[in-house]
Amino acid sequence: MAAEVAAAMTPSNEPVRYMERTRRYYRALGYEQDYVWAHYADVPFARLAKPLADCRIALVTTASPLTAVRADGSVAKQVWSGSVSPPPESLFTDNVAWDKESTHTRDRESFLPIETAGLLAREGRFAGLAAHFHGVPTEYSQRKTLIDDAPQVLSRLRADGADAAILCPL
Amino acid sequence: MSLVARTLEAAGLPTVIIGSALDVVKHCGVPRFVFTDFPLGNPCGPPDRRDVQRAVIELALGLLSGAEKPRTTVRAPFDWHDPEWRGRYGRVDPAKRERLRQLGDQRRARVADRKSRYGM
Repeated sequence: MAAEVAAAMTPSNEPVRYMERTRRYYRALGYEQDYVWAHYADVPFARLAKPLADCRIALVTTASPLTAVRADGSVAKQVWSGSVSPPPESLFTDNVAWDKESTHTRDRESFLPIETAGLLAREGRFAGLAAHFHGVPTEYSQRKTLIDDAPQVLSRLRADGADAAILCPL
Repeated sequence: MSLVARTLEAAGLPTVIIGSALDVVKHCGVPRFVFTDFPLGNPCGPPDRRDVQRAVIELALGLLSGAEKPRTTVRAPFDWHDPEWRGRYGRVDPAKRERLRQLGDQRRARVADRKSRYGM
């Protein structure tokens, strides 16, 4: 048992092995089948069509709006959008996996940096933030993400005239 | 979020991910990735550290304009203030195995209930 615990620990300064950690945790919860993470041999790549200073950039988060919480405490998971001006004070993050013992999400800039990015835009690093940021709560189903959510995000980015996107999963 | 990045990129819209789950993102394969070695929850920097958050976004902007090929990854040069954080997330304490099993049962019941109510 001690060896098992030791194997689950990650040596200091080495990035945490989240896939291994998650497999062990869900087995302990009684799930019989391990989650199969998405894996691809090929990766698409697109270059900026114009200089960064001329680009409008959108932010994307995995958080939800505070209004996503239903009366029974469950949360509606769906693609959503919010205005960057004014930015939301706080967002709902309890329904996605993050290290709730080591940190907190009360500083929205720590996971959706609208104000800091806006400052860099005003300094001329890029043309500006797109009018909306977008939310894509993490889904267990990769099929739903690929078939429903990702195309919706693309369509919303296009509608806002975004030239590029910075994605910040919690 | 890696799947979203791939979809946007395939449609011609450049992306960069700022995230802390290095193995998950690399396993999927994404165009550009700023790895921040922080606890999950604050990919852009520790709460209220505007200096770190700014530097992380600058790294992301640098990748958007400067990356030459897919799977370009940079590691942000910042450490979390508490060196003990790595052992906490998702740990399985042998003394609490029975409790975890109960939590799993409760979770499965909750998911089944939601499916019957909302179809998801």
